[in-house]
Parts: sequence; structure tokens; C-alpha cells
Amino acid sequence: MTLNGWVQIALFLALVVLATRPLGSYMARVFAREKTLLDPVLRPVERLIYRTTAVDETREMDWKEYAVAMLLFSAASMLLLYLLQRVQAVLPFNPQKLTGVMPQHLAWNTAASFTTNTNWQSYGGESTMTYFTQMAGLAYHNFVSAATGIALAIAFIRGVARRQMATIGNFWVDLVRATLWVLLPFCVVGALALVSQGVVQNLRPYDTVKIVEPQQVPHLGTDGKPTVDAAGKPVMDTVSEQVIAQGPVASQEIIKEWGTNGGGFFNANSAHPFENPTPLSNLIEMFSIFAIGSGLTYTLGKMTGSQRHGWAVWGAMAALFLVGVLVAYSAEASGNPLLHGAEQHASAMAPGGNMEGKEVRFGVANSALFATVTTDTSCGAVNSWHDSFTPLGGLVPLVNIMLSEVIFGGVGSGMYGMLIFVVLTVFIAGLMVGRTPEYLGKKIESYEVKMAMLFALIFPLIILIFAGISTIRPYGLAALGNNGPHGLSEILYAYTSAAGNNGSAFGGLSTNTPWYNTTLGLVMLLGRFWMKIPVLAIAGSLAKKKYVPASVGTFPVTTPLFSVLLIGVILILGALTFFPALSLGPILEHLLMNAGKAF
Amino acid sequence: MKRNILTAVLMTIVTTILLGLVYPLVVTGVAQVLFHDKANGQLIVQDGKTVGSRVLAQPFTGAGYFHPRASAAGTNGYDATNSGGTNYGPTNQKLIDRVKQDVAAAQQENPGHAVPVDYVTTSASGLDPDITPANAEFQGPRVARERGISLEQAMALVKAHTKGRQLGVLGEARVNVLELNLDLDRQVPLAKRAAR
Repeated sequence: MTLNGWVQIALFLALVVLATRPLGSYMARVFAREKTLLDPVLRPVERLIYRTTAVDETREMDWKEYAVAMLLFSAASMLLLYLLQRVQAVLPFNPQKLTGVMPQHLAWNTAASFTTNTNWQSYGGESTMTYFTQMAGLAYHNFVSAATGIALAIAFIRGVARRQMATIGNFWVDLVRATLWVLLPFCVVGALALVSQGVVQNLRPYDTVKIVEPQQVPHLGTDGKPTVDAAGKPVMDTVSEQVIAQGPVASQEIIKEWGTNGGGFFNANSAHPFENPTPLSNLIEMFSIFAIGSGLTYTLGKMTGSQRHGWAVWGAMAALFLVGVLVAYSAEASGNPLLHGAEQHASAMAPGGNMEGKEVRFGVANSALFATVTTDTSCGAVNSWHDSFTPLGGLVPLVNIMLSEVIFGGVGSGMYGMLIFVVLTVFIAGLMVGRTPEYLGKKIESYEVKMAMLFALIFPLIILIFAGISTIRPYGLAALGNNGPHGLSEILYAYTSAAGNNGSAFGGLSTNTPWYNTTLGLVMLLGRFWMKIPVLAIAGSLAKKKYVPASVGTFPVTTPLFSVLLIGVILILGALTFFPALSLGPILEHLLMNAGKAF
Repeated sequence: MKRNILTAVLMTIVTTILLGLVYPLVVTGVAQVLFHDKANGQLIVQDGKTVGSRVLAQPFTGAGYFHPRASAAGTNGYDATNSGGTNYGPTNQKLIDRVKQDVAAAQQENPGHAVPVDYVTTSASGLDPDITPANAEFQGPRVARERGISLEQAMALVKAHTKGRQLGVLGEARVNVLELNLDLDRQVPLAKRAAR
């Protein structure tokens, strides 16, 4: 590890801290429908949308209608994405004449993936999707799935803040306001900032360039193996050109981070120089991943009238983030002991460390930081390959997702996920002192705790069942890219990423198969929508309750003690559920690696 | 319920037009005007030919050129329509064997020097345009020998193409391989060396 590495990490966190208050209070105003600076431009657009979509913006919904509206919208937009992929060949903006997305299980997987804010990719963007599908299908879902998440978080906070009310807001209004006020303005500015760094933004056909030094490469036969001529000499081809994939990347890149989506325009995601060309573009992208999640803690404080509670939640998140980045960075910086003869120590001339699957402009510090940030949230964008991380370096992203991505978290989903843990923490604190638990003046009763436990149990259930089946069936094992304990990590990571709607991968696993595409698609949908229903149920139930003034027996949710207890609940729940699987995967691999074993 | 179904369908259509078409097309228009070169991939045109993108690696294997990092993009590497890495895990025998082989070859070429890790590992994108200054220094003697120039001359050129951290603190120091090689060809063409 280097001093500069830590300075960069500190700088990143400082930017997030600075943005939290202004962004959080702005979002509180947006969803309370108060005036903002952008109203003169956005209000007419908003009204036009309501008029054309038959929305009565004054009407509020109870939690069931809110959930139904959310599900209907997700279903309609998912169907459209499936269709767009299948017929993209005949749609405009297809200069490469790409065909429709085949097979159907891939189109299904992608539709589920982008609708659920997962952005798991079983395909390579530049070789599969037309510009039209990228813009109107994939980038589009980056917006609306993020807006849906924010809407739900706001609805949940309303549930906590409201007293004796049957409704928690209007889904359509929350969706539109999240899109127009929170997502779109930043994306226009941010996209142009990224282009200024070299992220491409065009609709041109792929460029063919004459490379400087033409290369001799082995000629491959139909079986994919190098061929030899009659004399037994290898047949060679001359490569004198490089075809360069282009596209409207920046407009998709920025919402990919700002909405914690993570689906790359290119296969290499944010490692590709056209998606993330400079250290500054990298900083903009990491900041964008954390900004809304961090801001929402301030929104929580503002809407519930307890700013200190917002900061107590923020503190728990920041502490967990720092531990993750410390472990990941130190593991990657100490390198891979099995690579004998490669200089992995940091020097003035090179940062060293485990550089397999990493880019020089980012080095180990920014790769470890990015990996931590992208899995603390439900983003899943990557600027290096997590599969090639050292065992402990790769353990951090995996554990981050297993903790339900509540460390700043996905936009909206991180906030409501964290509030579920808050409910559990308050409940456990109540058990310890033998009183009915209260949360900001609301009694937490058996209904809320049952729903919170449902939320907490669905998640490991869908991960472990499907990962378990995959490890014992040939169709599961055939996809492995690495052997030994690392293979188990690959499968475990895939289903954890899908259930957590993260979308990053241990990419060695070849998941473009009927089994993985179908089941991962299913797990993404369950991880998103099945888990949202208990969330909305709690919101609806809390909104109806009477306010109970705090007494001496109330456990305060504004103190550092509360933050510590909250961290404890998150870690204990995660560890109890996943420790056995982790010990057979990354932890075992770490021990074997240090013992000099390879597979 | 009925009304929410109608709204769901209409909302999908209206927001697709706004977010899926109007937004990216407006951004494209503005980007093309404000940052024309960058928005189009920073292509390098030389003698009327487009020879590459400033920010994408292309293959160099000749001893007279600096070599980019190894690439797993596409069948032959450096395929800019098929970006990606090896995804080899840390205990993968294939990774360990490959690195062992490459380290041995490197040590033969430049004995007595430590082999920089980025010289023997593949990049994430397969298109990493940069190498570390340590890597460039390691390759310097070979290139100087092959081009018939002094090591000082070669290292001066490397130094001219070394970028420090952005804004003094961000990222890592790096050397752009394509730009360095193009400059090398301009200053000491390989053909001229062959004629000498």
C-alpha cells in the first residue's frame, strides 16, 4: 500500500461527504414537492408526462396499490426490452448490422437483469447489442430501475415519518420526479464531463484502422486449433487491421454509475478505455456510485425530523466501507505469492501488486477502491476483474453483496435495505432491555419484525439453493473458468450478485447457457421484487401507526452506540448465513495459496 | 387497477422516448460539437491513414518496439470489438505457468533486472494503452539495441511520454505505448536502421 493510495481513498470519501447534505436536502424537497431551482424547466415536462400517461398527481396510494403500480410498470418495461432485443436487427442505429439477440434465454436474462437494476451481462455489449438497444433498451432501464428504487426508499421513509395515514405516496409521481429531478440533470452534465475525459459519444460505424506493426498469428482451423501445412509448418495469417467499436457510451456510462446499475456498454465495462479513460473519469464514476445512497441518509434525517439519526446510519455505512477497502487494498497490494519472479513491490516507478486483470492507469489502489464501492452498492460496474483478485481481495466484494448492499447501497434499495436492518436492530435492542421497541416514535410490533425477517431470509435462500444445485450438477460445473475452491467462489458470486441485483461477476464462469441464464434471471427478479413487497408492507403498516413520544425506556437511534449495534446486526446476520460457504471458497483458497498450491 | 395498467404502458412509451432517445441524442449532439476528437475515440491519422486510437492498445511484438501489456481480448488479443480479460483466479495453474514462462523470457532479454509485474500480466480490458514507467525502463535496453540508439536516447523518449498522476494525485504514472512507438518511428525509423 502507498501513501498516495490512501490519499486517493480519503479524497474520494471527502467528496462523498461534501455532497451528502446538499444532495440529501435537495431530494427531500423534490419528494415533498417543494420548489427547486430546476422547476421552471422540469415542471412543464412533468405535467406533460402526467397528461399523456393519465396520472392524477394529487392522488395518493396505499402500500398495496403502490406495489401493484411498481410491478405493472416493471413488467411493461421488461417486456419492451425483451422485444427490442429480439427485433433490433430491423431497428435504426445499427451500423454494424447486428442480428437480433439469440438465443431467447439470453434475451430473457438481459431483460430481467436490466429491469431489476442488476445489469448482469451474459453477453459482450459491443458484439451483441445495437446502438438502439443500448440507448432505448439498456440505458433506458438504467434510469427507470434506479428511479423505481428511489421511489421505494422515499415511500418507506414516508411510512416512518407519517402518523395515522393510510397512504405512502403516489408511485407514478415519485417515479417521474426521481427521473426528472434527481437523475436526468446530473446525467446530462456528468455525461459531458466524461466525454471531456475521452469517453466516446457517437453513432458512427466501427472504425477500421491500419495498425503500425502488422502481426503474424496462427491460422485457426474450424476446430479452433492452429493448423499446419503439408510440411508440418504452422500456417500463419497476417493481421494488419484493428476494428474499433464505437457508440453512444458516455450517456449510458454516467447513468450506469449515478443509478448504481453497472451494465457496461462494452464487455470490459469500466476497465475499457472508452468507458473510463483517465483517473479523473474513474473518480467521477466512483463518486457517482456513492452520491445518491449517501445523500439519502440525509434525506432520511430531514423527512423524519431527526438529522442525527440520518448521520448515525451514515456512520455505520462509512465504517463498513472503510473496513472493506482496507482489506481489499492491502490484499491486492501484497500481490500473488504464486507469481515467482514478477516484481510486485510498490516503487516510485510502479505501484506493483496483483496486476492480473487490472489497468495500469488505475493500479491496485483504484481497482480495490472501485471493487469495494461497486459492491457496497448494487452497482456492479467494474474497472478490474474481481475473478483475478487475490482470495481476500475477492472476498470483500462478495461479502459486501452478501451483507445485502446496505453500505450506501443501491440508489433507494440501499436505503430501504438498511432501514430493514434498523428495524431489526431496534427490535433486538428492545429484547435486551425487555421493552416494546420503538423506532422514531413508532412501535415495532410482530408484523414489522415478521416482514423484516422475510426480507432477511429470502435473500440467502435464493442464493444458496441455486448455488448449491449448480455445484452438484454437470450443467452447473461445465461453466467453471477456474478449478479448486475458486470454482465454488465463482458460482457463489454469480447467484449472490444476481440476488443482490449487483451485476458484477467472477467473470470466468461462462454463464451464457440455458441453466445459468434462466435461473440467474429468475433469482434477479425474486431478489428485486419479492423482497420489495415486505418492504412496502412495513412502510404501509408504520404509516398507519400512532406516534408514541420517546420515554426513558426508548433506545435512542441517534448515537454512536446505535451505529455500532447496527453494524453488529448486519455482520452477525451476514456471517451466520454465509460463513460456511465462504470458508470453503475464498478463505480456503487463501490458505492454500499461501501454502503454494495451485489448481 | 385498470387505470394503473394503462398508465404502466403509456409511461413505458413516454419515458422510452425521453430517456432512451431524446437524452442520448441531445448528449451526442452537444458532445460532437464541444469535444469532437474525444467523442469519436481520439483516432490518430498519419499520412492520410488512420493508424489507431490514442487510448486503445494495439499489438507490438517486434524487438524494436515497446510492447503493450498482454491482452486476452478476442482470439489473437487486442480485439477492440471484443474487450475483456483472462479471468484467471490467483491459484489458476494456467496463470502461474504463463507468468513463469514470460518471466523466464523477460529475464533472458534483460538479465539482472526485476521483471515488473505489469509486464507479465494481462490487462482488464485487453486494450490497456499504458505500461508503468518501470515496465518501459525494463524494455528500454532492448529497444535501444534494436534501433541502434543509446539507452539514454531511448529513455529520454520514454520520459517525454511518461504521464504523471492526473492533477498530481489521481491514478498512477504511465507511459502510452502507441504514442511512444509512433514517436520512435518518427525519430529513428526502423527501415533506416536496417539500411545502415
